[in-house]
Amino acid sequence: MIYEWIISILLLIGGSLILIGSVGLVKMPDFFMRLHGPTKATTLGMACILIAGMVYFSVTHGDFSFKEILISVFLLITAPISGYMLIKSAIHHNLKAEARTKGLNNIEK
Amino acid sequence: MLGTVIIIVFAMLGVALLLNVWRLIKGPSIPDRILALDTMYINTIAVIVLYGVHNDTSLYFEAALLIAMLGFVSTVALCKYLLRGDLIE
Repeated sequence: MIYEWIISILLLIGGSLILIGSVGLVKMPDFFMRLHGPTKATTLGMACILIAGMVYFSVTHGDFSFKEILISVFLLITAPISGYMLIKSAIHHNLKAEARTKGLNNIEK
Repeated sequence: MLGTVIIIVFAMLGVALLLNVWRLIKGPSIPDRILALDTMYINTIAVIVLYGVHNDTSLYFEAALLIAMLGFVSTVALCKYLLRGDLIE
């Protein structure tokens, strides 16, 4: 079945991206680098898993299932806002950044 | 084949959630812990959608949408509390 292959590949790509985002959250040295890991999980990983779910429900339930796009669009809208708020609170708390980061004077108050 | 792949992706998401819990416990500062919670709710949405595919029902979609909305609002509220020291003035 061709749709099983499509769903399996999309699910594997999405699961791998979410796992990579969490590994980045653990392995990165300071907060400003740690923020970059989970953004890939939010956009690419969730988009892959939701498209896989959409294809599955479209094939098995007969009619076109459109509503999984809602979660993806909502995450795409809200991810930059929460990232901005997290960076604002990190700068407010004077978190230490790695010394070789470019543009350190933009981070420190 | 699809059943095996779903089990493998469940294992991947479980490992990702455990790594987030590690960062949530260890995290040296409060924004690190908020970031770990933010990542945890996103991974939970993925788990719920995958559970819906596993059980062949679209019943869990509304739960995933609710978790997405409440997670975003809670992240913004926590960051606002860190910035202002107060939520409703």
